[in-house]
Amino acid sequence: MTHLTAKDKETVKTFWAKISSNGAAIGADALSRMLVVYPQTKTYFSHWKDLSPGSAPVKKHGATVMSGVADAVAKIDDLTAGLLSLSELHAFTLRVDPSNFKILSHNILVVLAIMFPTDFTPEVHVAMDKFLAAVARALSEKYR
Amino acid sequence: MVEWSEQERSIITSIFSNLDYNDVGPKALSRCLIVYPWTQRYFANFGNLYNAEAIKTNPNIQAHGTKVLHGLDRAVKNMDNIKGTYAELSVLHSEKLHVDPDNFKLLADCLTIVIAAKMGSGFTPEIQATFQKFLAVVVSALGKQYH
Repeated sequence: MTHLTAKDKETVKTFWAKISSNGAAIGADALSRMLVVYPQTKTYFSHWKDLSPGSAPVKKHGATVMSGVADAVAKIDDLTAGLLSLSELHAFTLRVDPSNFKILSHNILVVLAIMFPTDFTPEVHVAMDKFLAAVARALSEKYR
Repeated sequence: MVEWSEQERSIITSIFSNLDYNDVGPKALSRCLIVYPWTQRYFANFGNLYNAEAIKTNPNIQAHGTKVLHGLDRAVKNMDNIKGTYAELSVLHSEKLHVDPDNFKLLADCLTIVIAAKMGSGFTPEIQATFQKFLAVVVSALGKQYH
């Protein structure tokens, strides 16, 4: 479904440049929201002591996830090749059901709307939504 | 039947009593048409939807966005029977408007994002959960009479 046009990529890169220094905070908030709003996602984190919003493991993991997104921005011209090892990780080790990528993406978008209400215009929204969907697709590549 | 705690009820009534319908309605609908362009199929006679700027400034879209948002008022007033409250509207969307019910979720997501932008950090994870639960019940009710 998703094909990133040159305009999409430009929009994503420009927006990302503005927000990247907040990457860890965005990730932490998005993950916190996901665990509260979609409690079924907690099943992937039964090994954490504390799943509450803003807890230490949530913050740490949020930062990890967003650095993956940052990497994807840098490799936006070939996500499949660029995210190969991450795809293998998600396919063979983590085995996160791909429906959850959509859920986390939604929460990232909500956080972007909260933190950057003026910059997160509908035009930026559609480009970011397409981009996150493309990242999710690249991450699911090796599943089967 | 859907259960609502006292806290959830007050979150929903609070959001809607502080809502600027004339701002949020148009923003949510135009965002939906821009982010999910196939939804424009239902607005062929609304005039110029040629690009994002045209959509954002289209007076028909603005009026309709406000109207749709006010459509949620009935659910706010009848939280214990949203399904029954929207039976007629569901029939309308199915038989007259022929709207694919999957589209309801797309508009709901855009509304969530517009409200999040307005409320900022006040849109806590708990409030987001309650708001999304409310919208999910509305979306389900609107799809109920399709056959």
